[in-house]
Amino acid sequence: MNMKHSTFRGGIHPPYRKELTNSKKLLTANAPETVVIPMSLHIGAPCNPIVKKGDSVKVGQRIGEPNGFVSAPIHSSVSGEVMAVEPRLHPNGQKVMSVVIKSDMQDTVHEDVQPKGDLKDLSPEEIKSIILNAGIVGLGGATFPTHVKLSPPPENKIDYCILNGAECEPYLTTDDHLMTESADKIIYGLKALIKSLGITKGYIGVEDNKKEAIEALVKALGNDENIEIFSLHTKYPQGSEKQLITAITGREVPSGGLPAHIGVVVSNVGTAAAICDAIQTGMPLIERIVTVTGSAIKDPNVFVVKVGTMVRELIDQCGGFVEEPMKVINGGPMMGMAQFSIDIPVIKGTSGILCLTKADAQVAKPQLCIRCGKCVEVCPVNLLPLYLSEHSLKNDFEKCKKYHALDCIECGSCSFICPAKRTLASNIRVAKREIIASSRKGK
Amino acid sequence: MFSELLSPVLWLGGMALIFGCILGYASKVFAVEKDPNVPLIMDVLPGANCGGCGYPGCEAFAVATAAGKANIDDCPVGGSAVAEKIGEIMGITSDGSQRMIARVICNGTDENCTNKFDYYGVSDCKEAVIAMGGNKSCQYGCLGLGTCERVCPFDAIHVTKDNIAYVDEEKCTACGKCIDACPKIVIALVPASKGVHVDCNSKDKGKEVKANCSVGCIGCKICVKNCPEDAFSFENNLAKINYDKCTQCMICVEKCPTKAISGDSTKLKINN
Repeated sequence: MNMKHSTFRGGIHPPYRKELTNSKKLLTANAPETVVIPMSLHIGAPCNPIVKKGDSVKVGQRIGEPNGFVSAPIHSSVSGEVMAVEPRLHPNGQKVMSVVIKSDMQDTVHEDVQPKGDLKDLSPEEIKSIILNAGIVGLGGATFPTHVKLSPPPENKIDYCILNGAECEPYLTTDDHLMTESADKIIYGLKALIKSLGITKGYIGVEDNKKEAIEALVKALGNDENIEIFSLHTKYPQGSEKQLITAITGREVPSGGLPAHIGVVVSNVGTAAAICDAIQTGMPLIERIVTVTGSAIKDPNVFVVKVGTMVRELIDQCGGFVEEPMKVINGGPMMGMAQFSIDIPVIKGTSGILCLTKADAQVAKPQLCIRCGKCVEVCPVNLLPLYLSEHSLKNDFEKCKKYHALDCIECGSCSFICPAKRTLASNIRVAKREIIASSRKGK
Repeated sequence: MFSELLSPVLWLGGMALIFGCILGYASKVFAVEKDPNVPLIMDVLPGANCGGCGYPGCEAFAVATAAGKANIDDCPVGGSAVAEKIGEIMGITSDGSQRMIARVICNGTDENCTNKFDYYGVSDCKEAVIAMGGNKSCQYGCLGLGTCERVCPFDAIHVTKDNIAYVDEEKCTACGKCIDACPKIVIALVPASKGVHVDCNSKDKGKEVKANCSVGCIGCKICVKNCPEDAFSFENNLAKINYDKCTQCMICVEKCPTKAISGDSTKLKINN
């Protein structure tokens, strides 16, 4: 057991509002009658559906075949009959090919779902193939397929594996609940990750506002010398991959680089728990924890939800809305995506559903920049948001590139702190897209 | 007293004379040969430095034209009048290519096209598309937040009250800046002399188009069947006009059930 206290430069302290759900008990959501499982539950190529209308499926049965290396298979989260394979609304705002399954409420488990044996007897390659076949992706929200992270190019020697339990997004208590309730699963998953990478050292980083979670992890860890738990400053964006690495190892990801370039692999604590399930019970990733919260929700709660459950059902289970919400966000308030419909399914990356009232979701009118430099002070990647935003507004994307707009992690700290309420992060995001588009054109 | 004043005058005058001689000599010996046509062409060019010709400014275009690298009618701003003048200087005649203008191929005004949600973000199309492709139900339509208006160097494109951009045909020079800036790729160059256009960019299937927009192309192919000149083709669920074949008979405009094809009869009179 080793408790350290560290952080990175910059960052902000938004109102956390975690008290809405952090003392609530983790509930299991009512079994959904119908699930809509999009064939794009991860970053990368969408899956090809391998079931058709009328097929009967079981829990854990593969229904989507990965299409390329950066992709992960998709499994049914209920047992029942396939009602349709058609494009349905996805949380990304587009219509995506989805498999609609009517549940028979039996939850019959597919025969392929078998325990994979003891961790001691599994080789690194076997662990990687279990992770790939269980469709495990990064559960922090980005949903990057985990098996890709575990196969870094041979020239990058990996030294550490870090589990991200910072959960710096306000409102969300998803990882908090997971760490408190299933700390032993997380430790097991981290051991599996360490073994599959062929390394010895693992870290878990948790913000110091989650005392119970840290206690639970320390208790579950026991006397293991190879794993250290870091208690991190409560500060946004502490849970951003690059900032977490700096806080824990002191290493800095170079401009334009990846964590693997400095020998680190970062995974979410939820991913580790999913890996534990995939090894111990053989159950692929078919459910996740979702925080349903916000000022517009009558009774905010945290649920274990089957992938494909409709968001509307979850909101109903929280007693519905206090008033018509002004904004519904998939994810946290800082980096989540605002939604225009609540008839969307929970996907592997849905960490929270945040519903805000009109009073909470007010948009301030941007004023002129007063050059106070606060955005420069808080930028966790040491950029100059005020200038980047100016150049972007003048369509001078070459200048944005020169000032490293591509290193922006889109955390939104600059927009949050700006006393003139300028839309800095939003403008930089446009510049990033333009730079990437023009470099593609150039090729 | 007098000599105190005289000596600096002589000194400075003498130095000026010597340096003048050196500079004069250098300007003869190191002179860069310039095509005499370049300044003449520069004089007839509009001088907007818009870059519409593909060269960085009017001078670069003049140099390229004088060297025979650029066509004399490549200046979209000056059009045929400027091409003629450059032709006189260069001693060649223009092949008389037709004048093009930009056109917003969408008529999805607030009245015609429904919205998916209310957008409160930055009033710029490039920013709006990041939020789920913009708030219009139709993912191909004009968002009307004026990114094109801000990049136009000729004040030729404007967003109207009903949130659609319109091109001022008189002012448009087909420089293509709006086309590059539009994130929805809903602006295209069309011949200025033609008055019949399909004002829809939606590649969705008919049922979806109908649900989103009252003036969209629903892919009924009535225009394709009825066109006497066989000027219509149909691809990606969208009718497309071949402007070389179109005689502007207006049959398609009358037959189109959703009025997605617009016809400007004033152009018809001019052309006939």
